[in-house]
Amino acid sequence: MKDKVVIDLAHLPPHGLGTASQSWWGTLAFMLIEGTGFALAIVVYLYLMSLAPQWPLDAAPPDLVAGTTLTVFLVLSVLPNILVNRWARQQDLRKVRIGLIVMSLVGIVPLILRAFEFPAMHIKWDQNAYGSIVWVMLGLHTTHILTDLVETLVLTCLMFSRHADNPRRFGDVNDNAMYWNFVVATWLPMYACLYWVPRL
Amino acid sequence: MKTHRALPLSVLVLASGCGGYQSALGAKGAPAIHVEHLIVGIVAVCTVIWILVMMMLVLALVRARRSVASQATGSEKPLTVAVSAAIAATVVIIAGMTIASFYTTRNIGLPDSTALTITVRGQQWWWQVFYADSPAGPGFQTANEIHIPVGRDVRLRLESPDVIHSFWVPSLAGKQDLVPGRTNSLLLRAEKPGVYRGQCAEFCGLQHSHMAILVIAETQAAFEGWAATQRLDAAGSADPDIAAGQASFMAKPCAACHTVRGTPAGGTTGPDLTHVGGRRTIAAGLLETTRGSLAAWIADPQTLKPGNNMPMVPLTSIELRNISAYMESLK
Amino acid sequence: MTQDGDGLRDSSMEGSELHRRLTAIWSTPSGLWGALSTVDHKIIGRRYVTTAFVFLALGGVLSLLIRLQLAQPEARFIGPDRYNQIFTMHGTNMMFLFAVPVMQAMAIYLVPLMVGTRNIAFPRLNAFSYWVYLAGGLLLWIAFAVDTGPDVGWFAYVPLAGPEYGAGKRADIWAQMITFTEVSALAVAVEIVVTVFKQRAPGMSLDRIPLFVWSMLVTSFLVIMAMPAIMVASSSLILDRLVGTHFFNPAEGGDVLLWQHLFWFFGHPEVYIIFLPAVGMVSTIVATFTRRPVFGYLGMVMALIATGVLAFGLWVHHMFVAGLPRLGESFFTASSMAIAVPAGLQIFCWLATMWAGRPVFKTPFLFVIGFMVIFVIGGLTGVMVASVPFDTQVHDTYFVVAHFHYVLVGGAVFPLLGAVYYWFPKFTGRMMSETLGRWIFGLIFTGFNLTFFPMHILGLQGMPRRIYTYQPEMPWSGLNLFISLSAVILALGFLLFFVDAIRSARSGSLAPANPWGARTLEWATSSPPPPYNFARLPVVDRLDPLSDDIEAVPVASGLRVDRRELLTSSVVHASPEAREASPGDSIWPLWAALASTLMLIWSIFSPWAVVWGSIPLAITLIGWFWPKGVPEDEA
Repeated sequence: MKDKVVIDLAHLPPHGLGTASQSWWGTLAFMLIEGTGFALAIVVYLYLMSLAPQWPLDAAPPDLVAGTTLTVFLVLSVLPNILVNRWARQQDLRKVRIGLIVMSLVGIVPLILRAFEFPAMHIKWDQNAYGSIVWVMLGLHTTHILTDLVETLVLTCLMFSRHADNPRRFGDVNDNAMYWNFVVATWLPMYACLYWVPRL
Repeated sequence: MKTHRALPLSVLVLASGCGGYQSALGAKGAPAIHVEHLIVGIVAVCTVIWILVMMMLVLALVRARRSVASQATGSEKPLTVAVSAAIAATVVIIAGMTIASFYTTRNIGLPDSTALTITVRGQQWWWQVFYADSPAGPGFQTANEIHIPVGRDVRLRLESPDVIHSFWVPSLAGKQDLVPGRTNSLLLRAEKPGVYRGQCAEFCGLQHSHMAILVIAETQAAFEGWAATQRLDAAGSADPDIAAGQASFMAKPCAACHTVRGTPAGGTTGPDLTHVGGRRTIAAGLLETTRGSLAAWIADPQTLKPGNNMPMVPLTSIELRNISAYMESLK
Repeated sequence: MTQDGDGLRDSSMEGSELHRRLTAIWSTPSGLWGALSTVDHKIIGRRYVTTAFVFLALGGVLSLLIRLQLAQPEARFIGPDRYNQIFTMHGTNMMFLFAVPVMQAMAIYLVPLMVGTRNIAFPRLNAFSYWVYLAGGLLLWIAFAVDTGPDVGWFAYVPLAGPEYGAGKRADIWAQMITFTEVSALAVAVEIVVTVFKQRAPGMSLDRIPLFVWSMLVTSFLVIMAMPAIMVASSSLILDRLVGTHFFNPAEGGDVLLWQHLFWFFGHPEVYIIFLPAVGMVSTIVATFTRRPVFGYLGMVMALIATGVLAFGLWVHHMFVAGLPRLGESFFTASSMAIAVPAGLQIFCWLATMWAGRPVFKTPFLFVIGFMVIFVIGGLTGVMVASVPFDTQVHDTYFVVAHFHYVLVGGAVFPLLGAVYYWFPKFTGRMMSETLGRWIFGLIFTGFNLTFFPMHILGLQGMPRRIYTYQPEMPWSGLNLFISLSAVILALGFLLFFVDAIRSARSGSLAPANPWGARTLEWATSSPPPPYNFARLPVVDRLDPLSDDIEAVPVASGLRVDRRELLTSSVVHASPEAREASPGDSIWPLWAALASTLMLIWSIFSPWAVVWGSIPLAITLIGWFWPKGVPEDEA
């Protein structure tokens, strides 16, 4: 079969940004997978609660201080994150570098706060099913903070390397910022579930 | 097309003829009879549907072969109408079967509150059966055999102390799981006296295959007579072999796992053996109860039912013979 | 030849020059290193398909062992311990190592070609997914070889699979194998979604996507939504077994049925994850061999989506005898029945297509006819088990064994075999034997029905599934012997199929680009396709871009030939958005897969594996993503 050229693509940009890039959609798809995982964890929590004679099982409701502080901090962290996202879209390397350093530090704080959340649950994972699910929910979310932190650190290093000034990198920063928003957004229902549902 | 296997209906008829005493198509109890009607009805409808679809398939393929010229053109409208009609028919039939299913569930109903209640505990790999205290006398325990009066609703409380099992005596009722941590119940009812076999239907480990149960439906009088016998303690015997067998039973590890009421044997790990000789089978339906099969089982339970929880207890041949005689005497 | 700032373009390049340059940039280097580091979707797809068929053969051998043991009552060929491993392995292997991967594998090969692009999205993730899948398969089979194969059934119900009753590491092997295969399946699902969304040929708007591609898109969304449930379940199981959590322990507030809910929330969509790709294959084959487009394209797409949505509302019908509230059960009866409507719609549309078309009875089409005969039975028995009272009699019996083999073998394996005959020339450049193909179809069709139809009767006669033997007084021995003998016919059919496939791959007659006169884009390039798939990306202006009246395929020019470049296009209309680089070969996916394997297997034995094992994994992932300063990294 013969070919017949009907379109010339030469004018197109050599890299797509945002919704024109595969990685944006890939990130979205992975967020959907993980979001389903989070949703299922919450469903398991509510399911176990519905079977239990009292809830929490053999434990006081969790202390609010560490979890609430972390929640407020996470919500506030969205502000610098949005700024980094904007600077990346403007491809402003200097600002993005500063922003990434800030976001790296911002990523460490919740891990420290999280260390206080586990004891605030007043129960261990191996005591009963309530302990198991709260530890797993906290653990699951912690791994997400951790992975995003590692990604942010690697990106920060990248942005100080010779590979930095490249639209592709700025796209990576955008995707990473989107992922951090996801980590924050998924925490909110988990926070409500872990800290307030037992108080209902 | 293989039309000879296209006739599940005739096959059904065939199967119900040789259904035997463990068959969904040889129903002898109200719940199972309702379900059997539903099964036959749905299978009949589905068979007709399958034949119709196959006829369409054959027609489509043959027609197209014969008249090549006629199809090149022509509008799709008749096809659209046909496909829409077929889908509409599907919806109607599906709705009909759903409603039939609901009605069957309702007809089976729930046991009334006065029903005789029997507790069945599934264990790896046998059935423990408890009859509660009643005006007629105290409760008692048996194993792998349930006696019920004919023509009465019987409510089974189903429990499991280890893994999930499923109680299924197809001639009398559909199955119901025994789930650790939960109590399920099942309505059982036999219209005719008889022996109905069932077996565990949820995979429960090594000997899932050998976990049968017999339901013996008998007249009210026969049932009460049986229950009265079961309430009695084990009778002693003057026969020297049996007495020796009893002594060996008590001296050996047997008594640590099994109960024989009226004797010091009070173990609870294995089945209660107070009236084991009166049961039709041993080892959860594995063997018919005879002195020989009892001896074979006691001598080497791990060969007959590999992996079961009864260990091989070293016995001399005389001890074995005597213990078997003792077991057989426990009617 | 154009050179405008960023790289060399294909615009005015002639055929041979274009081929030379594209081959240089896209081809996989020969040798072991090239094989280990390739990211070509065709090589990986072929590798995936071959591996999956090896697992099919292994699983088939297991099923013959099952039939040997069941051929007579109280047989002692295989003891209960080994038998339980064998049937668990058979189910696990067929579901997780054959059925799901083989469908995704076909898509890995075909979807990029059918949408007219040069490689799958995230090709390195694709390479990674294959290695992880292979590692999971090896883990399972090596464990089985050393007598540590899982023995708790393919749905591993607790407490039998829990810490108290599932001694040893057998259940852990099962649970961790799940992690391997789900990671790989999820990765492939993401690749396919993004490939279909973003890499379609210019002009391939949503209403011009081939039905097979639609089916894989819906399937991929099912994978994305369903597989997290099994990962949550299997992870919880491992936690219960390894660190003493109590998710499934009723004594400490856990629940046994929680496992079943989680498992079947995945497990039922799983059936459609296997079946929907087959629907796509059937549609493709029907269109080609009736010489007309499938009747009711829009209805077919809607049916795919409706099936995908309904698939999530059926899981409780696997738990009808577990003692759940009756009202809930009634709802699930209705929803399970309802899914017969989209399935019926598809059947009717294929019938209409055959009615209006001009059928050509080649082997792929024979398998589709076989599919129709068998799958309709499977669908109808599915309607039967959707009824709660009906199900109480047949649940966990051989009736259900018959039902799901009719659905899965009839509904998925028959179309798959047809698909192999159909696309084999594209995969290998050679045709399979038409004569042998007819024999193979005949043997498999006859053998299948003789083997599985009697199982319906056995189930109604009270034979439960998963028993390693039965007693002579049960009226089942005659049919069981008959089934075992029939299984030999079925096995013979499959044996011939493997012989034909291997023989044809080596010495079959050479295939032209489009041997069947098909109309989808994979046939617009040579058989097998060059490493770059299309010398110039095709442009699509209709549903069947290769229809008979086309003289020249419209194409696009302007892509670079000095880096791996393809086109991203918009989601709805597929209008061009950017020229995008496609990553080059890399060994890092293999290292990352090895690091994951280390971590996952280690974590069967120690929870600290998750901590220490993540370090090598992180290192390999950084190595994977760190830019290497190659042209593909430019923008």
